[in-house]
Amino acid sequence: MQVAMNKLFGGREGLVGLAILAALIFIIMPLTFDIFRLNLVGKYLTYAFVAIGLVLCWGYGGILSLGQGMFFGLGGYCMAMFLKLESSSPESTKIQSTPGIPDFMDWNQLTALPWFWEPFHSLSFSLVAVIAVPCIFAFIISVAMFKRRVGGVYFAIITQAIALILTILIIGQQGYTGGINGITDLRTLKGWDIRTDEAKYVLYFLNGALLIGCILVGRLIITSKLGRLLLAMRDREDRVRFSGYDVSSFKVFVFCVGAMMSAIGGAMFTLQVGFMSPSFVGIVPSIEMVIFAAVGGRMSLIGAVYGALIVNFAKTFFSESFPALWLFLMGGLFIAVVMLFPNGLAGIYTSYIKPRIDAWIQGRRGGGNLTPTVPAEPQDPVSPRTAERTPASAASRSLAAGIQSEPSRS
Amino acid sequence: MSSNTDFVLSIEDLTVSFDGFKAVDKLNLYVDKNEIRVVIGPNGAGKTTVLDLICGKTRATSGSIKFKDLELTRMSEHQIVRAGVGRKFQNPSIYENLTVFENLEISYPKGRSVFGALAFKRTAEVVARVEEIAREIMLDEFLGTEAGLLSHGQKQWLEIGMLLIQDPELLMLDEPVAGMSARERELTGQLLRRICTNRSVLVIEHDMEFVKNIAHKVTVLHQGKILKEGSMEMVQSDPKVIEVYLGH
Repeated sequence: MQVAMNKLFGGREGLVGLAILAALIFIIMPLTFDIFRLNLVGKYLTYAFVAIGLVLCWGYGGILSLGQGMFFGLGGYCMAMFLKLESSSPESTKIQSTPGIPDFMDWNQLTALPWFWEPFHSLSFSLVAVIAVPCIFAFIISVAMFKRRVGGVYFAIITQAIALILTILIIGQQGYTGGINGITDLRTLKGWDIRTDEAKYVLYFLNGALLIGCILVGRLIITSKLGRLLLAMRDREDRVRFSGYDVSSFKVFVFCVGAMMSAIGGAMFTLQVGFMSPSFVGIVPSIEMVIFAAVGGRMSLIGAVYGALIVNFAKTFFSESFPALWLFLMGGLFIAVVMLFPNGLAGIYTSYIKPRIDAWIQGRRGGGNLTPTVPAEPQDPVSPRTAERTPASAASRSLAAGIQSEPSRS
Repeated sequence: MSSNTDFVLSIEDLTVSFDGFKAVDKLNLYVDKNEIRVVIGPNGAGKTTVLDLICGKTRATSGSIKFKDLELTRMSEHQIVRAGVGRKFQNPSIYENLTVFENLEISYPKGRSVFGALAFKRTAEVVARVEEIAREIMLDEFLGTEAGLLSHGQKQWLEIGMLLIQDPELLMLDEPVAGMSARERELTGQLLRRICTNRSVLVIEHDMEFVKNIAHKVTVLHQGKILKEGSMEMVQSDPKVIEVYLGH
């Protein structure tokens, strides 16, 4: 039980972090924002799914993907196709020359529903497809790349190219995909009107719950041996390979997990915002998603959520006030974070804020006990059985070690 | 072509050429059970390339490498490791951000598939084995220490430990004492003699004093070919060897 607690929630500290996030999502924001703003927050939180996936792929796995928008988009499109078919019943589309098919198909002179749209009449198929289609796509890409040992910058560039190709494909095949406008005018889910305020509340809470679920799945992965292997692989791929591991299969796995999480975000986006378009698939949104993860801290699952929220709030604020400057600000922010705070907000928290909180707690408990509160003593003999060390503490540990002189050894 | 299954490792007619340059040229090398074999030779003789070929890092142009009955030239790196061939790299190759314990645990030969690793549990058996190996490599005091903070010699031992925990039948070490202090060399020599029971060890080394201490048999490589093979005294007194290598 205790072990499971530590694994899932990252001990007491991780539990507190998760509880604060849950309180923010489920209590504070619904109480302070009206439904319009809350829906906006819900939209931002769908990006957080992608950012969490990137923490796993990029932060832990060292795989920088500049094409996560593909998976977000594919998940969103699978959801949108179901919703579109439901809102394109023969009765509601009887003014079209071919009633019963989505409006954009009719505009593009299609006279029958394309074969690959057929299964999306079924909700259960669509829900499976939301996860399966991006996962299979990610699997194909990653097997093709990682079995050939393509990695690093090359992988990033190739994912970016694939994202671009997918965008062009969606825009070009207007009759099948809705083109540049995307799939719009989505109304009901099994007869339940998703445009009402009540539905927006329900979807917001569902979104939040799924997000917390993804964080827990992420925790399970990074606290398992697989998580340590990913870190090991990021630093010494050859050593892992020559310890008897098939390195590429681990990379494929984490890339697919990242893709699936992004896809859940995409589907929730479609449900909450009411449309899906190629503007969430291409290069720019994909890079923005990397920025969310970088700002939040690429080694922190919870940080990624804050990163997505803060950058998007800032984006909304600045792009309303200075629309021309926004892209430059975003670029500047990314460079500043990578140069100055490579571990993002989570890194700032562990190295500046947490020591103060610890000192404050200790001060209240010990009644002015003057023990120095260095974040982690590099030489303290941590019992390997009890200590489930997080990489954040590893970072502060090596930081502390870097400040001190080389430890003396006999 | 005949292959003798009494040998742990039999390399026959092994050739690898990089753009026409033959780094290893029709090499034949046989390693016995429980033998410590040292390979020496001047820079560029092809020593490290031979280890790369055995462990699958480099693919052979022609020839065969047999480990017991397995043809290694057709296997992938992780299959070769799982078959029982461990390799230590020239520079200490450890996971600097993980603790000594975690370094050894990752090398523990269980949970090597994706889902195996997800389900892997740190059982008492694993902990006991890690502690046993840590004692063997003189790092039992440092289990909780981040590996990046170890001294150079300790890093080398840690990497040897990471191989030992897999209990390989053939252990390949690339310059294990390079950059070590005299005391560390001595301890490493003792360590190698302790661990070579029940397994064969193939070592590349430049330090002649150290070679004399541990080797059962020495192979001298020169320009991708074997120049001489035999006991250290025999090799050291050979005029050809003196000319290309020892004399300089």
